Amino acid sequence: MAGSILLIVSYASVVVFLAAVLCRAVKISRMPIHLRWELYPVAHEKGRVSYGGSYLEEPDWWTKPRHQSLFGQLRVMIPEILFLAAVWEHNRKQWFRSFPFHIGLYLAAGLIGLLLLGGVATAAGFTVSPDAGLLAAALYHLTYLLGYAALGLGLIGAAALLARRTFETDYAEYTKKADYFNLVFFIVTFAVALAAHAVADPHFVVLRGYFARLVTFDFSSANSALAMPTGLSILEIALASILVAYIPLTHMSHFFIKWFTYHGVRWGDEPNMPGSKIEQQVNEVLQYPVSWSASHIRGDGKKTWADVATSGVEEEEDEK
Amino acid sequence: MKKRIKIEDISKPSEKLSELRKEDFKPLPAPFDTPESTPDFAPLSEKSLESYESSLDDTIALSLPKPKDKAEEDELVAKFLSGLQKLFTKENNWTFLQPLVLSMDYCASCHTCSDACHIYEASGKNPIYRPAYRSEVFRRLYKKHVKSKGGLLQAWRDGEIELNWTTVARLAELSYRCNLCRRCAQTCPIGVDNALIAHEIRKLFSQEMGIAAKELHESGSVLQLKVGSSTGMNKAVVKDNIEFIDEDVSEMTGMTVETPWDKAGADVLLIHNAGEIMAWPMNPGAFAVIFESAGLSWTMSSEIAGYDSINYGVWYDDAQFARVAIKHAEAAKKLGVKKIVLGECGHAHKALTVIADRVLTGDLNIPRESAMVTLDDLIFSGRIKVDPSRNDFPVTLHDPCNLVRLMGIVEPQRRILRKIAPRFREMHPHGVDNYCCGGGSGFAIMSGHNFNDWRHQIAGRKKLEQILNAFKDELDPSIHKYICAPCSNCKGQIRDLITYYDLWEKHSILYDGLVELIVNCMTDVKPGFIEWEMH
Repeated sequence: MAGSILLIVSYASVVVFLAAVLCRAVKISRMPIHLRWELYPVAHEKGRVSYGGSYLEEPDWWTKPRHQSLFGQLRVMIPEILFLAAVWEHNRKQWFRSFPFHIGLYLAAGLIGLLLLGGVATAAGFTVSPDAGLLAAALYHLTYLLGYAALGLGLIGAAALLARRTFETDYAEYTKKADYFNLVFFIVTFAVALAAHAVADPHFVVLRGYFARLVTFDFSSANSALAMPTGLSILEIALASILVAYIPLTHMSHFFIKWFTYHGVRWGDEPNMPGSKIEQQVNEVLQYPVSWSASHIRGDGKKTWADVATSGVEEEEDEK
Repeated sequence: MKKRIKIEDISKPSEKLSELRKEDFKPLPAPFDTPESTPDFAPLSEKSLESYESSLDDTIALSLPKPKDKAEEDELVAKFLSGLQKLFTKENNWTFLQPLVLSMDYCASCHTCSDACHIYEASGKNPIYRPAYRSEVFRRLYKKHVKSKGGLLQAWRDGEIELNWTTVARLAELSYRCNLCRRCAQTCPIGVDNALIAHEIRKLFSQEMGIAAKELHESGSVLQLKVGSSTGMNKAVVKDNIEFIDEDVSEMTGMTVETPWDKAGADVLLIHNAGEIMAWPMNPGAFAVIFESAGLSWTMSSEIAGYDSINYGVWYDDAQFARVAIKHAEAAKKLGVKKIVLGECGHAHKALTVIADRVLTGDLNIPRESAMVTLDDLIFSGRIKVDPSRNDFPVTLHDPCNLVRLMGIVEPQRRILRKIAPRFREMHPHGVDNYCCGGGSGFAIMSGHNFNDWRHQIAGRKKLEQILNAFKDELDPSIHKYICAPCSNCKGQIRDLITYYDLWEKHSILYDGLVELIVNCMTDVKPGFIEWEMH
């Protein structure tokens, strides 16, 4: 029974995670086109990114092809995503706390991948053990090595962040009670998981068995080949599942929101060329009704942005 | 020990939320390395304190009258709340809704932005000038009054804040303690933009409550739309002034210069910041010399706003911004030019080229080009001949934020300077990492009460430090030194810094634009275009 409830919690967490990410992404994507607000350097600007230049440096730029570089984007994105390059460059003290935490989370995501792989292999009848061939042995060893690294680094990072937010006034003043809760949640989850593996599952075998059940939707407790988690392992799985569901419900969803802030705003330098999709979108939003109340606008909910923009202040004053 | 100021303190009525003391400010290099060596920070007058909201710090930008009674306060708070709600609707704020929501919802309070801010640094890390302070106040108001209905869980999640007149009045002033230079945004690992939040707060006050800096609204965009220019020059006056300038420049250079007006079918419509015509007439004069000498087909326009590229709306009001941008485009459309070239004005560049790009459609979408690019092309194509030895004096370049960090026009002006100024040296940092001059977002034209002191002692402090460092081995007053500032507002701020700290008298540090330096070394004009006099 407990095992079934645990499986349901895990499935629910995946559903909540995916739904929350999708919901946020759709909500942001559906917002109307905004005015350009790019910030240089723009990473895809081929040949100019090293000094932050743009295609606007070209005489008669509108008559020339724009040269964009995917490689240039990746050269910025990969160090930013993997190593938190901006924090390293601009806030080194924070990096020493934030990087272990984030790399711990990345490794934890990698651990889930290995456990899924191991779970699928187990469910398919393969044995994942140190003496079951090269690949199986590699998967066996890599899983627990990655697991301890993920949990250890995540715990150290979260504790360091909590300490800073608690003891440094500048940080404490900006830290909400929910932020403390979030960090404590991480710390408890990582600590429980470490304890669970130290005490009951040193090589993550039980966890791999649990993933085998997950991927096969195996709610029966009769499968003796797959040991059901017990005690601390149950707590580990429950906490981790709830955490996975919780993250995208908070501002911590910045892990994927960065795509919008970078690609949609900071690097959003696409010009409005005649007859383009952008021009069409702009023409649509110019028809939105305005209800700003100041006397130089006097939006009544009927006047559109196009009306406001093409009327002069003197006309507004005359209406008064 | 400095006073700690919490986010929620903004709502607690007191005489002043934060005090500005010279001894707290970041030390400057010699010869301004002691508090006594810099001018005093004048206190606000009794009259100002009595009449205007001044409970944020020791200065006033907005001259917001104090409400007469509690009923008026409540009415203003209600208007603020109404504006706050409108700011997060797509109908009223399609212009910035997505970037705003991204910045409101995902800040991790890591404070990476703090050290990037020249105002925070120069003030000696005054907590209310931290880029995130204003944003966090606004974020809490938004989360309490727009995203949810308040309550204990909301306060637990988003932090405490009280919405009252004290909060509203201080927030209005606080939105004018940011140059909108976006240096903080450049460092944010997540992409949160505190300058955008300051910009949006200004918009809320202007668009809903009619509260804006007088210099930007009444004597700025409103005047421009009425008479053609925020300088007050109408069509007749601007033509007269340009005629005088042409005469002066013809005499100085030995060339016959006549600025063409309203020439239909010209290739280029040149739009200056009209402040140049009034305050730095040699700048439009130098443009005329260069364009005529290169044989360009160009014109100026005498249409409303067609001779003044400023667009102050870009700092505080989308409606005013769009109106002015459309006037600029209409002037170009009427003449049938191939492109608009923007003179030396950073915010005009960004407003018309980048931001108005998603306002101007159809036949109003006329190509816009930076004068930096046009000049670079003229010089390196050989259409303008130069003799760099005429510019044999130390030159440094100030990067206008709007032109560089916000538009990516970085190299053309440098390429020109490397060619024409043999003793050119960079400030550090420079290019897209530059520091604002302290006059950004309209401050260069704002000087009511004691705002001048704030602008020069805090907002402009970092730029002063950069200037002194750029010339540190040649501060001797016998050596003439030149700060090249290819932006009208930056130039105004740098002129005021030079005057405030007496840099011309003490160290022979002068300033001007790029075109003056070009004409000064053109081989087909008489030498000595730059006059080494403070102006």
